Amino acid sequence: MIIGIDVGGTHIDAVLLGNGKIIKKSKVPYASISMIEGICRAVDELLKNEGPCEIERVNLSTTLCTNAVLEGKTSPVGMILESGPGLDASFLACGEENVFLDGYIDHRGQEIKPFNENIVREAAVRFKEKGISAIGIATKFSVRNPIHELKVKELLGVDFFPVVMGHALSGKLNFPRRVYTTYLNAAVYERFSYFSSAIEKAFEERRIKASVNVLKADGGTMNLKKAVSFPVYTILSGPSASVMGCWGLSSINDDAVILDIGGTTTDISFFAGGVPLLEPKGIRIGNYPTVVRAIYSHSVAIGGDSAVRFERGKLAIGPRREGPPKTLGGPVPTPTDAMILMGLLNAGTKEKAYLAMKELGDIMGISPEETARLILERMGDIIREKVEKLLEDINNKPVYTIRELLYGEKISPKKAVIIGGPAKALSLVLERKLKLPCDVPENFEVANAIGAALSRVTAEITLFADTGQGYLTVPELGIREKIGKEFNLEKARKQAMELIKERASTLAPLSEEAEAEIVEESCFNMVRGFYTVGRNIRVKAQIKPSVTNLT
Amino acid sequence: MLKARNKLGLVFFPAFDWAISPTHPEREERLLYTLDQVSEEGLEDIEGIEFFNPVLAKEEDIKRVHFCVPDVESVVTKSHLISAGGAIQAARALLEGKVEKAFAMVRPPGHHAHRVVYGDRGFCIINNEAVMLEHIRQYFGPKKVVIVDTDCHHGDGTQDIYWNDRNTLFISLHQDGRTLYPGTGFPDELGGPGAFGYTLNIPLPPQTGEEGFLYVIENLVMPIIEEYKPDLVVNSAGQDNHYTDPITSMNFTAQGYAKLTELLDPDIAVLEGGYSIEGALPCVNLGIILALAGLDYSHVKEPDYEPDKMRQPAWISDYIKRLCDDIYGRWLRKEEIARKMFDGKDFVRRNKRIYYDTIGIMENQEETIKVCRPCSGYTLIKSKCDLGYFILAVVIPPGACKECVEEARKIYEAADPDDYTGVYLQDKVNDEFKIKK
Repeated sequence: MIIGIDVGGTHIDAVLLGNGKIIKKSKVPYASISMIEGICRAVDELLKNEGPCEIERVNLSTTLCTNAVLEGKTSPVGMILESGPGLDASFLACGEENVFLDGYIDHRGQEIKPFNENIVREAAVRFKEKGISAIGIATKFSVRNPIHELKVKELLGVDFFPVVMGHALSGKLNFPRRVYTTYLNAAVYERFSYFSSAIEKAFEERRIKASVNVLKADGGTMNLKKAVSFPVYTILSGPSASVMGCWGLSSINDDAVILDIGGTTTDISFFAGGVPLLEPKGIRIGNYPTVVRAIYSHSVAIGGDSAVRFERGKLAIGPRREGPPKTLGGPVPTPTDAMILMGLLNAGTKEKAYLAMKELGDIMGISPEETARLILERMGDIIREKVEKLLEDINNKPVYTIRELLYGEKISPKKAVIIGGPAKALSLVLERKLKLPCDVPENFEVANAIGAALSRVTAEITLFADTGQGYLTVPELGIREKIGKEFNLEKARKQAMELIKERASTLAPLSEEAEAEIVEESCFNMVRGFYTVGRNIRVKAQIKPSVTNLT
Repeated sequence: MLKARNKLGLVFFPAFDWAISPTHPEREERLLYTLDQVSEEGLEDIEGIEFFNPVLAKEEDIKRVHFCVPDVESVVTKSHLISAGGAIQAARALLEGKVEKAFAMVRPPGHHAHRVVYGDRGFCIINNEAVMLEHIRQYFGPKKVVIVDTDCHHGDGTQDIYWNDRNTLFISLHQDGRTLYPGTGFPDELGGPGAFGYTLNIPLPPQTGEEGFLYVIENLVMPIIEEYKPDLVVNSAGQDNHYTDPITSMNFTAQGYAKLTELLDPDIAVLEGGYSIEGALPCVNLGIILALAGLDYSHVKEPDYEPDKMRQPAWISDYIKRLCDDIYGRWLRKEEIARKMFDGKDFVRRNKRIYYDTIGIMENQEETIKVCRPCSGYTLIKSKCDLGYFILAVVIPPGACKECVEEARKIYEAADPDDYTGVYLQDKVNDEFKIKK
């Protein structure tokens, strides 16, 4: 059996799955208790009449790191950065202390200038004086050659913990995002370690011997113990858990749009060719854009409890929530009131809903029923416009080859999967507006916990080989090794397929079903003068996100 | 994160699957390191920098500028339509008000492509800037435009296309034609009878550095632009004046290019040449992008940048100063000189030999321009090339007077197709393009 847990803003959702079926669900509010306590209660409730040893794995999606960052409950971090020539890097300052090195690695990973080691020694003294223990190191083009980051770590010695290096977190080219990702990983390290030990202890007390995994924002998991090194990957895993849940609850084999409609917001995600679409650059949290791989999710400020007004001859819905729906004692009419009046939602009383709609209808000079209908139409239109806009942006993302520009695949959803409180009530309107069949899966209220339960390990590596220089680099694994002139794309592919498994196993034991694939590859002849001096090879491999469908 | 002072649209299309030939400078690898640099700098996250994909230029867009021989389809490949379409996209983003500046980083380049096109010369087939300009003039109304070509090679194609158009002031800074392909671009090349003085050439000696280029921009180009009062300033932003460029002999730098861009303050920049793909392009492109966006570029430097080493000799500074004075004098006296040259004449004729270096053919051209008071006059081109073509091309410029339109159309109608391999008409008054064979 599998346990899936999703820690949300106010509630913890948990499910117990066995033989591809939902055995039990639980929902625990945890406003007054700690997150760990809440998780324990949820687990206790699920296991009331079950034997603990039968649990195979516990998958946990937590807001711990997200909240730590958004609420500023993070550790002080000393940052050591090296930007070389380019943008003025002063805007990248983050954490308590920032030290800039004077070295430079270029785009091919060649060391153009070594840095002055005394800068690091002096920084170490200053960090110690200030009581800073967590260190982040990020250098420009470290994903092409991590030597400067490694050297800084070596120079810092054993006095600091953790020491996070940018190249180990992602192979993507984007120095500012690497800096922020490195910072965040160092900043939430202590909190996450504490959480990890507490969970381990709690599960031990409950004699749960199952492997415990945490959810990453890309819809995959990693082992809790290993996650301690990469807490930044858990940021914003909540929306991803829901998307993975939809995948488990509704069969999605093609392009699709996922709508998670809540009280104040609607989260929009997509599937491309039957797999969740990822953010192209990485996730953004607060003011920090990062290189953290994540399922694409875009939030629109519209939901069941959004305030509805009649303004300048038009119905306006959201972006604010003024309180609960009027039917349930709130101050202003909401789409939920409209749904109740139309008999699409069972809550409160129709009389109160009627009054709420009448209040608005009188201003507009139409009947309460007509008002309710118009609100849902308008809501459908707003969501459709947003979905179309997002698709347009996604389908126009920059491409770099003539082949992609002329024949590149575009996402064109064949169905919509809708979850959240108002999902059922809105499905007919949305079906009409989106011109797509809409599926509101059963048990969608625990899609997040189900998604957590069903997720498996995912990983990504970036292989960069330059036969002109005779080097191969895989930043995520800290590999930089010599290669011969004969190294080619085929060898790079083969090596990447082996190394992706190695990378995955640093995150969690790899199951038999895990599917590795090459997601990007390119090979350029490097010509100097009129002679080919080498090949410049780039290969990206991943362990695909996947779920087992619920029966 | 950073915020751009000017909202900047970038069309960055490196065409990673296209090359003239595997070891040709215009090959897949050309913008690879620039993309690496742009990605690593995180430009895509800067607020106010927006990326666009190119559109494909349409056949009409090409015909509005070129006479492709025998026809557009035979001469132009997809990569050229995309490159020109990239420039069109950049200009559209600007004119539709989505951005305040635009930069089309596209390849292949275009500024050696003349009005008549038999094939590839100087790595160019289609003149990206001209196709872009004529597209926006067609869709966004007449525009008075300055094109400043800062590629190291003379922008002979752009000069040819706008030779007789006073609504397009063409200014080219380049390495002296006595020392570099295409061997043209001297101060006495000043334009046709309808636009005399609206072509300006500033041939610079080899080894010209930051000081020289910036002197020309500040003391010659900017005052002339101010007097001309254009609606748009376009920069043909070739990057082969760089001191590491393998096929030229100048001493320009990334800092210099960024400063030049800041001074010139173009609305639209279009990448032209530049073949120091590792040493120059990543930092020069970055410098131009930051300057266009109004961001700090002071840290954009080549790893081996030493301003003292790159300083131009004193005699070059003196020479450039005198050259600028001379050209500015010609600009001031352009009407007077034009009267002396063209008054009393009905037609102005010149013969040109145009060498297609990339495909190794020679074209012989006789260009006849009607001298007309009310308009700039129509142009007739008789062109013959080694491939066996002999064509007659008739150009009716935008704003041509009724007499010129009628006369030129009559010439087209009366021409006997048996005398030529093709007779071509480009009627920009009626946006009509015809071929008869």
